[in-house]
Amino acid sequence: MDQPLLEMRNVNTHYGAVHILKDVELAIYPGELVCLLGGNASGKSTTLKTLLGMVTPTSGEVVLDGEVVTGQPTSYLVERGVTMVPENRRLFKRLSVKENLELGAYLRDDADGIDADMERVFSMFPRVKERLGQRAGTLSGGEQQMVAMGRALMAQPRVLLMDEPSMGLAPALVQTNFELIQQIHNEGIAIFIVEQNANMALSIADRGWVLQTGRVVLDDTADALLANPDLRRSYLGET
Amino acid sequence: MTAEQVDEVTRGPFDFDIRGSMRRGLLLGLGLVFISLAGLPIGLDTRILIKPVLSLGYLSLIWLPFISGWASGTETVLDGVATTKRGARDLVRGGLVGLIGGACLSLLVLLMNWFDLRDPLVNWAPPLSAILQFDRSIAFGVLVWPLLSAVLSCAGAGLHIITPKIRSATLSAVLFTLAMAIFETFIVDVADFLDDKLYGQNGGLTVMSAIVVACLAFTVSAIGLGRRVATARVNYQQSTGKTKASQTTMLIAIAAITVVVVPMITGKITQELFANIGIFLLLALGLNIVVGLAGILDLGYVAFFAVGGYTTAVLTSPNRGPDWPSWVPTLPWWGALLVTIAISGLVGLFIGAPVIRMRGDYLAIVTLGFGEIIRILFLSDWLNGYFNGAQGITNVPPADFGIIQVKGTDPRSVFYLVLVFAAISIYVSWRLERSRVGRAWMAIREDESVAEAMGVNTVNMKLMAFVVGAILASFSGAVFAAKVGSIFPTSFLILVSIIILVVVIVGGMGNIIGVIVGSIVLIGVLGGPKQPGLLAEFSQYKLLIYGALLIWMMLRRPEGLVPNVRRSRELHQEEFLQDAWLRGEIDDDANTEEVDS
Repeated sequence: MDQPLLEMRNVNTHYGAVHILKDVELAIYPGELVCLLGGNASGKSTTLKTLLGMVTPTSGEVVLDGEVVTGQPTSYLVERGVTMVPENRRLFKRLSVKENLELGAYLRDDADGIDADMERVFSMFPRVKERLGQRAGTLSGGEQQMVAMGRALMAQPRVLLMDEPSMGLAPALVQTNFELIQQIHNEGIAIFIVEQNANMALSIADRGWVLQTGRVVLDDTADALLANPDLRRSYLGET
Repeated sequence: MTAEQVDEVTRGPFDFDIRGSMRRGLLLGLGLVFISLAGLPIGLDTRILIKPVLSLGYLSLIWLPFISGWASGTETVLDGVATTKRGARDLVRGGLVGLIGGACLSLLVLLMNWFDLRDPLVNWAPPLSAILQFDRSIAFGVLVWPLLSAVLSCAGAGLHIITPKIRSATLSAVLFTLAMAIFETFIVDVADFLDDKLYGQNGGLTVMSAIVVACLAFTVSAIGLGRRVATARVNYQQSTGKTKASQTTMLIAIAAITVVVVPMITGKITQELFANIGIFLLLALGLNIVVGLAGILDLGYVAFFAVGGYTTAVLTSPNRGPDWPSWVPTLPWWGALLVTIAISGLVGLFIGAPVIRMRGDYLAIVTLGFGEIIRILFLSDWLNGYFNGAQGITNVPPADFGIIQVKGTDPRSVFYLVLVFAAISIYVSWRLERSRVGRAWMAIREDESVAEAMGVNTVNMKLMAFVVGAILASFSGAVFAAKVGSIFPTSFLILVSIIILVVVIVGGMGNIIGVIVGSIVLIGVLGGPKQPGLLAEFSQYKLLIYGALLIWMMLRRPEGLVPNVRRSRELHQEEFLQDAWLRGEIDDDANTEEVDS
């Protein structure tokens, strides 16, 4: 395969004295859909924060397009196409849908490009256009998810980091949500999903990792992971 | 689904929640006793409103039964639920509330006669007794209060019975007359010729003029002037695009002309008042950026006011401390201003850098600390050689602009100087709010972590808000130094921070118009920390009133007097959602629909 888009090399991250990530290695290639599975407190969110430069690793490197970006500010990564959809969507609830989308494009100053991307978001999620002037907090759960993804798309991402997209959603919405993710993936954007809902994530992903107390314990294709008896036991509730 | 279509139910005059009304009456009584013991009736008794009937002291008591009576009759009108026909029932209920409230006051009169509690309660003393007994016998006081209170409360409740048109006319008459009486100093200051015509010798409207004023207000309101203003406002709010833009320009022009012209025709008292409003407006505009836009709760904002004041004083006064090296020049005011801006910007950076990494409550507490540290530094022996400690820096020369000199004895010049800065501050706030920086601030205020994930440099942006706020405050400090002519540490107490914050909150956070209204209402009417407002008599009870106002605002109008659309949307979300649902803007099956698919 060609050069990875975003990569973690031997990363260790600490919060104070607590060792969170231990020698984590992972690579995301352009246009693929991968997932990182793990239970509570396994270090999933920290992995995301480290990738996005919100947390600086104590050792190891974060590499974007072959360039070491460890220690660079978040804005540096966002400008270069790494964008996050935060856990629980976290829209700016008091701001309008339009303002939310505009904030997604915060680092861009090409007015025409922003308008074009706004149109692109509308064509993907027509509902968002209907709700443009409405306060984001008043939208239904599904609509909020669309806005959250639209907001991320406004940054022109090449890789989208999604923190627990199924969290706090009704089961039927989870399904819709993963359909949205695939829709975005079809646009050629690489997607990195961090999930507890292993079944759902693996059903759409190409490859996956399993993180356990900060260590990558499994690294395989999605099909192989789905078939893995250990994983089935710990994540899919089978005995 | 309008309320008019629903039937009205007629209920008997005693068919109401008696227990609830009694509770209300006791609350009223508690309020009356509290006001009495807080000393308002005594302190304000010397101020005569309508000669010889009413003093401000009595007004401080009798407004409460009236409002309670009105409140006892308010009912939540629900769509589709029958309302009760107004009538004798309201009067009886109001009367009961007033009677009980007044009885509490009677009880106080008796208790004051029997016991001596002067030790903890300073106002438990003959002067209060005398007022509560109307300077007559105890029995008179005991009998009159329940009656008076019941009548007033009845009158308040009666407002529900009369038609809206007459109600608004009556209220205008009462309020306008009271306003004419209360704002006597101001009115005489603006229009001297009214003095002999309206007011009696030792102040206060004469009974005759009170009646004339009331009738005039009644007529004006009855012919519908008020309604025309309201219609114009609604028209303005609903207009869009070009019409709205031109209307806005016109409004701004009218406001600007008014603000420039009015001080030319008024007397010194008003000009002084305007100057004080302006100085606090400058502070409030700056704090509005920090708190309202960027969401950083800065409780030590007075520090920047102090830095602005002291820097200007040091650079202009010959009486600055002896330890300053000779290369620190003595500059004209405008020269000092430039240095002041630079220095307060630096101090903003210096204080902001450690503080800004904290969030929420922690940040508030740390800023509170820094606010005090700055004042104590100016007061300290350590820097006595520079800032003269408690003696302060005196002899700050007027700001000399060639044609005019801005100094405290000429409040009009101070006002115009403040006006220039206010215009600059308002313009800067307005531009920033609509810029990329403003958007970043908004994002930080809403959700700092997500803002960071969007690529907003949260540390820099928050620092910038801090620095802009500091610079705006330093304008105010510089003008303050020139106006007062001397600078003392006691001018920069923590109270100033709190009062500015209250101005911003009461006016409406994140809203420039709100901040202007807040400054006028609070600083203009009630007064600043040390500056008297229109109601100079209230200065002793200023904090009491500030506190009461703040509590009331938080309960009833948390978005401020002039709400920022967005904040009021948030705070009244439920009503908003319901309204939107009724208008069909939200389909409540949006969720279920997706579940079905």
